[in-house]
Amino acid sequence: MFVKINGKKEEIRAGTLGALLKSKDIEPQMVSVELNNQIIARPDLADTPLKEGDAIELLFFMGGGANTHVC
Amino acid sequence: MAFTEEQLVRYSRHIILSEVGGKGQKKIRQAGVLVIGAGGLGSPIALYLAAAGIGKIGLIDADNVDLTNLQRQIIHHTTDVGRPKVLSAAEKIKDLNPDVEVITYQKHLDAENALKIFADFGYVIDGTDNFPAKFLINDAAFFAKKPLIHGGILRFDGQLFTILPGESACYRCIFPELPPQGVVPSCQEAGVLGALAGLIGTLQATEVIKLILGIGNPLTNRILAYHALETLFREIKIKKNPHCPLCGSSPSITKLEMAIQEVCDFNSLESA
Repeated sequence: MFVKINGKKEEIRAGTLGALLKSKDIEPQMVSVELNNQIIARPDLADTPLKEGDAIELLFFMGGGANTHVC
Repeated sequence: MAFTEEQLVRYSRHIILSEVGGKGQKKIRQAGVLVIGAGGLGSPIALYLAAAGIGKIGLIDADNVDLTNLQRQIIHHTTDVGRPKVLSAAEKIKDLNPDVEVITYQKHLDAENALKIFADFGYVIDGTDNFPAKFLINDAAFFAKKPLIHGGILRFDGQLFTILPGESACYRCIFPELPPQGVVPSCQEAGVLGALAGLIGTLQATEVIKLILGIGNPLTNRILAYHALETLFREIKIKKNPHCPLCGSSPSITKLEMAIQEVCDFNSLESA
C-alpha cells in the first residue's frame, strides 16, 4: 500500500507502525511517530495498524550548537 | 527613555516597518532574552539579537572556544581559541551594539540555578547540543512560564519550534523522555554542516523577536524542519499531548527537581 512518510509517497509492506520502523531499521527509542497528525505512544506502535493513504511523520531527536552539560 | 539620535539611525530599518515602529523598537529594547549555549546556534542568535537592540542578553556556557568550533560558531574568532565562550561572545556583542546589556554565566545549567537564571529574562532560546540540557530547558521554561524557542541541528537537517508553556505543545509532548544513551548521535559524532547552524539560529532569533513584538503567527504547535540536501522546508503539525508527563492532564513531573533527577540519573549513566 501507499503511505506518506515525512511528506514523501512510499510503497510499504508493513501493516503496523512497529513493523514499518523495523523495516527501516529505526529503533523506537530514537524517534517520535506521528500518524495522521496524532503522536502515537511508544508502547502502542507495535499494535497500530496502517492503511492506504496514511500520513506518517518520523520525528528524530536533534541536538544543536553548544555542548552545554547539566548536573 | 527616548531613543537618541544615533539609536534612531541605528534602528531606522526596523522603525520604518509599520509592524515595528518606534513603539516596537522600545519593546525590543525592554526585552531580556536568555541564550543557552554560545555555540553554533547561539552565535547567530546572539549576534542578531544584539544587532536588533535587545536590551538584555543572557549567555550561558561553561566551555572554552575550541578550534573545531570555528567551522560554525561564528561569534568566536581564531584568536579566541582557548578563551571562555561567554567572554568571547560578550565582547562581540558589545562591539556590535554597546546598547546591549550582556549577562554572562560561565557555568552549567543545573537544578540549583535554572529557575533563578530564567527569572531574570522574559524569553529563553535553546542553543544546546545535548538532550539532558534540552529536556532541562524545556522543563524549567514550563515551571518558570517563559516562552522558549527550541532548535536542533544534525548533519544536513535542522528543526525548530516555539513553546508557549501551558498553551502550546512542549518538547515533552513530542519526546516524553530522554533517548537512551548512544541511540542518538551528536554533532561531534555525526557531523553537521556549519551554515545550517546559522540558518536555524537565525530562524530562532526571528521567532523570538516576533514574540517580543507580538506580530505574526508564532511557530507554535508546528515544527519547522529544514533539509539542506534537498533545500526543503517542511511544517509538521503537532499538538499538546494530553499524556505529556510535564504539561499533560495528569503530569508525572510536578516540580523541576523531579525532571532534574531524571536528567542527572541519565548523565551518571552516560559517564559510567
